[in-house]
Amino acid sequence: MMERGGRNEQTRRGFVNWILGTGVGGLLLAVLYPVGRYLVPPAAGESAAASVTLDITPAEVTPNSGHIFKFGSRPAILIRTPSGELRAFSAACTHLGCIVQYREDIGHIWCACHNGHFDLNGRNIQGPPPRPLDSFVVNVRGDEIVVSKTS
Amino acid sequence: MMMTMGKLLRCTPALLAGFLLAPKATAQEPESSCVTCHAAFGDERLSGPVESYPNDVHAAQGFDCVACHGGDATVAGMGAMDPAAGYLGVPEGEDVLSVCGRCHSSAQFMRRYDPSLRVDQVAEYRTSVHGQRLLQQGDDRVATCSSCHPAHAIKPPSDPNSSVHPLNVAATCADCHANPEYMSPYPIPTDQHEKYLESIHWEKLSVARDLSAPTCNDCHGNHGAAPPGVSWVGNVCGQCHSVMAERFNQSFHSRIFAMLGNPGCATCHNNHEIKLADIEMLGVDEGSVCGRCHSAESRGGIVATRMRTLIDSLSLARERADSILERAENAGMEVSQAQFDLNGATTALVSARTAVHSFDVEGVREEVESGLEVAAQAWERGQEAMDDLRFRRTGLAISVGIIVLLIIGLVLKIRQLEPAGAGPSRKSAPGGEAR
Amino acid sequence: MSDIKKRLGEVWGWLDDRLGLSSWGELARKKDVPLHKHTVWYYLGGMTLFLFLIQVATGILLLFYYRPSAEDAYESIQFLMAEVEFGWLIRSIHAWAANLMIFTAFLHLFSVLLMKAYRAPREITWISGFMLLALAMGFGFTGYLLPWNELAYFATRVGTEIMGAVPLVGSFLGRVLKGGEDVSGATLTRFYAIHVAVLPMITAALLGLHLYLVQKHGMSIPPEVERRGGGRRSMSFAPNFLLRDLVGWLSALAIIAVLAAYFPAELGEKADPFAPAPAGIKPEWYFMFMFQTLKYLPAHILGIEGEALGIMAFMVGGALLMIVPFLDRRSGRNQPSPLFTWIGVAIIVYIIVLTILGYAANPTQ
Repeated sequence: MMERGGRNEQTRRGFVNWILGTGVGGLLLAVLYPVGRYLVPPAAGESAAASVTLDITPAEVTPNSGHIFKFGSRPAILIRTPSGELRAFSAACTHLGCIVQYREDIGHIWCACHNGHFDLNGRNIQGPPPRPLDSFVVNVRGDEIVVSKTS
Repeated sequence: MMMTMGKLLRCTPALLAGFLLAPKATAQEPESSCVTCHAAFGDERLSGPVESYPNDVHAAQGFDCVACHGGDATVAGMGAMDPAAGYLGVPEGEDVLSVCGRCHSSAQFMRRYDPSLRVDQVAEYRTSVHGQRLLQQGDDRVATCSSCHPAHAIKPPSDPNSSVHPLNVAATCADCHANPEYMSPYPIPTDQHEKYLESIHWEKLSVARDLSAPTCNDCHGNHGAAPPGVSWVGNVCGQCHSVMAERFNQSFHSRIFAMLGNPGCATCHNNHEIKLADIEMLGVDEGSVCGRCHSAESRGGIVATRMRTLIDSLSLARERADSILERAENAGMEVSQAQFDLNGATTALVSARTAVHSFDVEGVREEVESGLEVAAQAWERGQEAMDDLRFRRTGLAISVGIIVLLIIGLVLKIRQLEPAGAGPSRKSAPGGEAR
Repeated sequence: MSDIKKRLGEVWGWLDDRLGLSSWGELARKKDVPLHKHTVWYYLGGMTLFLFLIQVATGILLLFYYRPSAEDAYESIQFLMAEVEFGWLIRSIHAWAANLMIFTAFLHLFSVLLMKAYRAPREITWISGFMLLALAMGFGFTGYLLPWNELAYFATRVGTEIMGAVPLVGSFLGRVLKGGEDVSGATLTRFYAIHVAVLPMITAALLGLHLYLVQKHGMSIPPEVERRGGGRRSMSFAPNFLLRDLVGWLSALAIIAVLAAYFPAELGEKADPFAPAPAGIKPEWYFMFMFQTLKYLPAHILGIEGEALGIMAFMVGGALLMIVPFLDRRSGRNQPSPLFTWIGVAIIVYIIVLTILGYAANPTQ
């Protein structure tokens, strides 16, 4: 076998080395790529399950207005009361889960589906909703509005 | 026993002197002769009121027997029940109204105890079917105040033991209205309670304990109790189901039903046996309510079928999107934004079902189409997530491929190092030291 | 080309002068591995080491996103799984490699036990290895709670309660471990500290000792093979054995990747200390044989609480197993020692049978 040609042996050795080199390189890539992607901070920044930073500034929420935002995968509503206070509630109506809205004309939260009314504390005051809306805690940090679940 | 006998004896005027000498039962309150004597009688009819009254809301406010029955409780024995001293006895029929109304119709008086309590109960009662039969026809079988608010055991509606607590109202009304024998003189059915117990309203009330769910008085009024008229039953339901009532009132069905004498909402939803309104009710198939009047080929039948098809298409689209998103989520994909957006389809679906009450295909179509768009977007996002998942699997396949390649390389390398037959061995160090 | 080689050679020489690299290479080249029919078991230690290194790497990566508090832990893992790219992969690999590592560590332990490789002068190698396995189980126990999900919460409650049954010191130890009377947020923080700081530190020290001893004494040839005059043949550690080792490691990596992709680690429901315990709470599989044994014990044995007695028995049994090099005198004298072989087999059968029973048992009973 050896006599048949050192040349043949040489190419085989080269081939094996090529496989090994490529394999090691590929493996490094296959490991480093996910790790790199893992280390890049995701768009959401941090877990939104317990608290969420809204993409609007406090100045953009005028008194007597409401704003629907995403809290985890659930809808929530941020309102500024006519007196200027910021409050946040779950925006899923407790009746059948429609998304509620803030009505400037009547100054409280209203569900269009079955005319359910909630006051500015989220309490169901008229119509079919059986329960108040879950309320969240609103904090303003500088120019950011942070809404979190009650602990 | 001896005690009872003694008390009995004390009630005879002849033993008045003995009574005065007897020690008082309670030191603080002057003993009422009504209580003393009635409690002593073994007869349930006489002693019952005395036993239950201490738990009555009126007793808690300091009212005694005399407040309603008149007479003079400071006089012992039968003298306490002297009509000359204003003794009324057991008020019956119309007298009950004046006894209760004396206080309850006086705003001035009532606000000392509960300023929020209404004072129009008697006035309302006079307009009720009960009141009219009593006052105009002298029918003494109808309910008066004490039929629903049992005298001597009256509790406020907020008390769970009260006969008029939301959970107990139906049973209280049923006492008479579900009794065929008692109701035999009247030409009305007696199965309302039975039917009500089958309804979604009672289920909400009794199972979910949602005290805002309606019981008898929420639709019929309490003191002004009467069956709602055909033309305004919608107003009764509309108190809660306002959007549906509004849509219905503006529809042609409202006018036609009124013309035909059909009872508005109750035509399709029944009056007492109101079931959860599911989608099966819509359309002309078996079990639908439209099909009761409309044949499949008629104009109405076609409209009903179209509305049903539209709503079905939306709920199907929503479910499809929901299930693909759930699968993607379970596989660890980030789809929370799509799930959030899909809430819009739920809103559209509920709105579309509400829009049915206008009996107008276009109104339903509008809601359904907006929902379909949302659902389609969400489904697409789910599809993308699943594609991404497939990409993950591809990535895995590539990585495993690389590893397999490396393994092959290593095996070849080992073969090279150890030519066939030679094996991996090398000669051990001489002596083969024990290890 | 040759220029580059020359340059590299210069760099190598410079480093070698300062770090003594060639003596390391010399060590590796000198080292060899006996060749006989049981050689295959020699790969298990290296495999366990490889899996441990995966654990270290993925564990460090998980630290980038994990938050050790009752309020945030579950949410942070949820975030890691859903929002962080490849977060699911890192966590699943950590979970799978952990289980495989304990499995290979068990195999390693029993192969060493049956091949009597604990004989002098390798007593300390055995003891340090035994302690490393105990540490690995400690890693598993503390790490299981960290996602703060329902299953882990209740399994940990059961686990710590069992620990509380240890006579005299049990309740005190349980309290120190739990950071209070019950499993709570304080427990989570403690377990976290133990999992990422205390255990790794001790493991690093013991592992260093273990590897040093393996290097110092080389592989042990089973006495049975030695008596038959085998074990004369051997292969060199580098590159022959090392290349085979690499094949094993890469295969393990591929298996873990497939497992992680097709059976990603689950998260379940968030733990709620006030919720009733769900049916069928089971510990991790490597605790199952102990858990199941305790279930079979009567409430009282000879006036002592059955559970306490069972735990004591396991502790004594563990301690005896740890000092087996000093008990097995015959093996020490290079004589056949069938008694200890049978004891080893009995332990293996016991663990397998009890584990199967544990998984077959009806959870409602």
